[in-house]
Amino acid sequence: MNQKEFINTITPFKDRVFRIAKRLLVSTEEAEDATQEVMVRLWNSRKKLNKYSSVEALAVTITKNYCLDQLKSKRATEMRIVHSNYSDGQAGVDKQAEDKDSWSWVEKIMDDLPEQQKLIIQMRDVEQYDFEEIAKVMDMNETAVRVALSRARKTIRQELIKKHSYGIKNS
Amino acid sequence: MELRTVEKLLQKYFEAETSIAEENILREYFASTDVAPHLEHYRPLFGYFETEANKTFEKDLPLKPRKRNVVGWISVAASVVLLSGLFFITNNQSAPADELGTYEDPEVAFRETQKALNMLSNTVNVGVSGVEYLNEYEQSKQKVFKDNLK
Repeated sequence: MNQKEFINTITPFKDRVFRIAKRLLVSTEEAEDATQEVMVRLWNSRKKLNKYSSVEALAVTITKNYCLDQLKSKRATEMRIVHSNYSDGQAGVDKQAEDKDSWSWVEKIMDDLPEQQKLIIQMRDVEQYDFEEIAKVMDMNETAVRVALSRARKTIRQELIKKHSYGIKNS
Repeated sequence: MELRTVEKLLQKYFEAETSIAEENILREYFASTDVAPHLEHYRPLFGYFETEANKTFEKDLPLKPRKRNVVGWISVAASVVLLSGLFFITNNQSAPADELGTYEDPEVAFRETQKALNMLSNTVNVGVSGVEYLNEYEQSKQKVFKDNLK
């Protein structure tokens, strides 16, 4: 596999790898580094890539493991990331600003989910993988994936309702 | 879209029983402008997923670590060749300096040694004859001092 073929192989999913890394690591820079690392690892084992039925599934698995390792070592050194890098689009219409505001709520809620649920909801709701693929990457069976996904979605719903009615209802 | 279908789909969605097609229907519904007021709070969720899916990876990929290694190893090999070459050259040059011109036959050796010593003494004698003048000068100096003392 030469460089051109390799690029063609990874182009369809490199953004996905980046987004999955960002979901776990939060910071954009770290997610970029992680993506580079994963791609370099794939490149180094390019001779063996033909043996895998799906390079994308392999890439996502490597990403998952790499990011979890990163998080583990970070926690060991007691470092916490403060996320302040919500990208600034064009400033503009009120509605847009409002939307962005509520999106950042969702993002914050998702940051508080356990890693497994974060990954599953990212793969399902953002990347639209089917359950079979998710189960393979997560090394779980499909029922367990569904249960975790349902739990994650319900948590988000609960938090959203709390935020939405905050200051309106006396609860 | 009928509100009841949406509500049903939402229920299925939170039980994680929707298919991807059904989830796309929900996404479309919440992206539209007329979302039912009591479902309004789900809007950011689907909107967020939508925007998240559009983030892209912009950095370059450093895909040539192996090639760079090859260049590195070539330079290492070149320096090894250069160093070993220098080592051999200097060794070869110092080898003739070890030969001292020895003779097998003792008589020949004796003659050659005499010749060499003669050559040496000739040049030493040149210096000695020069010193003869100094002797002459010394003697006359002594004479003068003796006369003066008397």
